[in-house]
Amino acid sequence: MTERYSYDVVIVGGGAAGLRAAIAAASHSDKLSVAVISKVYPMRSHTVSAEGGTASVLKEYDSFELHASDTIKGGDYLADQDAVEAFVKEAPSEIIQLEHWGCPWSREPDGKLAVRAFGGMSVKRTVFAADKTGFHMLHTLFQHSLRYPNIIRLDEWFVSSLIMEDGMVKGLVALDLRTRELAFIASRAVIMATGGAGRIFQFTTNAVIKTGDGMAMAYRAGAPLKDMEFIQFHPTALPGSGILITEASRGEGGYLINKDQERFLKRYTPEKMELGPRDILSRALITEIREGRGYEGPFGSYVLLDLRHLGEELIDRKLPFVRELARNYAGIDPVHEPIPVRPAVHYTMGGIHTDVLGRTPVAGLYACGEAACVSINGANRLGSNSLSECLVFGRAAGVDAATFALSKKGQGEIEDSNLLNPVGEYLRIDEEKIYGLLKREGGGERLSDLRSHLQSIMDTNVGIFRDSSGLQEARRQIRELRTGLQRAAIDDKGTVYNTEVIEAFELGFMLDVADAIAYSALIREESRGAHYRTDFPKRDDKNFLFHQLSYYSPGGPVIKHLSVSITKWQPAERKY
Amino acid sequence: MQKATETINIRVKRYLPENEPRNFYQKYEVKYFPKMFVLDALNYVRDRLDGTLAYRWSCRMGVCGSCGALVNGIPRLTCATPLSALGKGVTIEPLHNFPIIKDLVVDLGDFMEKLGRIKPWIIRERDRVIEEGEYEQKPAELELYSQFSACINCMLCYAACPVYAGDVDFIGPAASALGYRYNLDSRDEGAEKRLEVLTEGAGIFDCTFVGECSVVCPKSVDPALAIQRLKIDSALTSLKSILKREKS
Repeated sequence: MTERYSYDVVIVGGGAAGLRAAIAAASHSDKLSVAVISKVYPMRSHTVSAEGGTASVLKEYDSFELHASDTIKGGDYLADQDAVEAFVKEAPSEIIQLEHWGCPWSREPDGKLAVRAFGGMSVKRTVFAADKTGFHMLHTLFQHSLRYPNIIRLDEWFVSSLIMEDGMVKGLVALDLRTRELAFIASRAVIMATGGAGRIFQFTTNAVIKTGDGMAMAYRAGAPLKDMEFIQFHPTALPGSGILITEASRGEGGYLINKDQERFLKRYTPEKMELGPRDILSRALITEIREGRGYEGPFGSYVLLDLRHLGEELIDRKLPFVRELARNYAGIDPVHEPIPVRPAVHYTMGGIHTDVLGRTPVAGLYACGEAACVSINGANRLGSNSLSECLVFGRAAGVDAATFALSKKGQGEIEDSNLLNPVGEYLRIDEEKIYGLLKREGGGERLSDLRSHLQSIMDTNVGIFRDSSGLQEARRQIRELRTGLQRAAIDDKGTVYNTEVIEAFELGFMLDVADAIAYSALIREESRGAHYRTDFPKRDDKNFLFHQLSYYSPGGPVIKHLSVSITKWQPAERKY
Repeated sequence: MQKATETINIRVKRYLPENEPRNFYQKYEVKYFPKMFVLDALNYVRDRLDGTLAYRWSCRMGVCGSCGALVNGIPRLTCATPLSALGKGVTIEPLHNFPIIKDLVVDLGDFMEKLGRIKPWIIRERDRVIEEGEYEQKPAELELYSQFSACINCMLCYAACPVYAGDVDFIGPAASALGYRYNLDSRDEGAEKRLEVLTEGAGIFDCTFVGECSVVCPKSVDPALAIQRLKIDSALTSLKSILKREKS
């Protein structure tokens, strides 16, 4: 007999956004059952790898107006300005809330929260916990969440499908990694907080779990993805591994140096130098390398990030993790030597289309964090806005989903029996996928080959510099990989902790998200923020100042336009 | 990219619950490249040779805590252990002291329960409201508990702990260190409640101060120190309550 699962609110993903949503929903009413389902234990979520800090207006010299205008300019005028205004007003309360919950924020000598400089921010407003900000936020949220008896966790469960009927969310199909059992999980409201999709690229700062699951499931179920063409490259990752070296190292005064021993950013962002926005800096780094001013190493070309002048005391106090990472993974002590760095895929600006309450166009479906696109980040996110975004919109989605679920509570139990289709029908679809994989005998392609093929296509054709023919080629190869996935064979035929089955689902998700990215990038014939087209190198507000919504269809994405909300900041040329 | 010419052999302890035999060691020949970590070798096996091999990993930068295993008998993070540091033979086994689910994947259920039991959150008589702003905490006050907040829950300390090996009810190093972290936090008023939990049953007084937990910690947390200090705090608290009773 299959166990039955039903909850008022189900959150998929246990990172900062998901846990903040869970706490908000659970504290909204103790009558609500709130489930957090995650393919990893929550404290393993990728929030843990965020380093530099989280932005909010807390100091007298700062203002909401300034944080908003920095964010909008940073996003190359594609962010929804009403959403940005709502975001900057809520962010300080969330930072204080986390402080009350025990987050070990770094402090000024007088005991107040410390702030540091960050790229594209015109004043110091990035709150931090040394350079392990995400780690501390995640553990604080997770530990605090243990207080709530109405938060139920399904750790190491993999959600394979989102189920909708009549435009309403009905629940999920999920797989228990331990038993490989598929279960239908009935829910009044579902919040997707599954993070971004950085792992569809080869060279990325992202953890291996970042495969765009929630985006793909929402997309397949009929919710649109928004602005998928905007993929952020972080300028400074370690060559080879892609491990992130935080922007805080430049916020604290680090220099970027080319082979001619020159702080080359003077030619790209003369005013802000190392604290320009990530899109412009990443292009600058690649340009230096292409023009022969990079260093050559075993893992390709790179430039140097020099922290030596900051001194050992400051590095140990404010950037201890950078020192640890550089020592362990590059064999370099930044106190004595500069760190080799190059740009790597870091963040998915696009995501599931939501409003400021986390609502998608589908009743009962919500999204928050990197999985969502509100949009406050526009065409290029400013560093340290994303952790604040997880908190602000995690909370908003949690509260609104709780309110929605409470309103439905009067209308009877959460029943899977009132579905139009029997539960078994939904389970069978994913069951058949699994049995297809298990039954297929050798000769098929290996999942790892298909995955690395996808990653290399994306790096080559959908990277920092793009053009029409490359993007079309990427789409053609993605289509081929879909066929390849149909033929893929796996070694593991067992039921217990079969990670190959999970990887097959993930690769399917990755392919859908990759195609939405490549297609959105192909038809945006302009350059804006992180999306740079060598065949259309200028921003074109006349023809392209809109969001692109991708709707799923079997033949590929169907795109609709959505106007950008402009309140008081008219699009202007970006200079740094 | 660098070309791999050499190969190395790794030996992995397998546990396949649906197989006969369930337990066995398996050798794999892995292409070697400089700066390769133990995790890279496992990924090579999985991607190229044998997809049935199960292990956890995620961040590959030593902070998510997923990838703990015994490497040549010592509990380590596979993503932070370079092969070059290991000499010739490399044997990878699941962490000691936990039920094994499959291969290197162990059951964390016991720790997850203990984590919640020690109340790892700020406890106060009256919580501040947001409008009152932050609690002020001087850098020195932060420094007091800072190292104990660095635990990544990787479970290496439980794998190294001889007391936990003998008694799974023992509260253990990471949970105790986290309890101590909150007890030291200037914002917290819950120390007595936590001391109660930490001392009841197979609590901190069962620790025999072997100190292996602190030796294997990849994040320089010192759980052994936390436990010894907790013992003192607990003794002082009992003493205080006795004195209080005598006074009244």
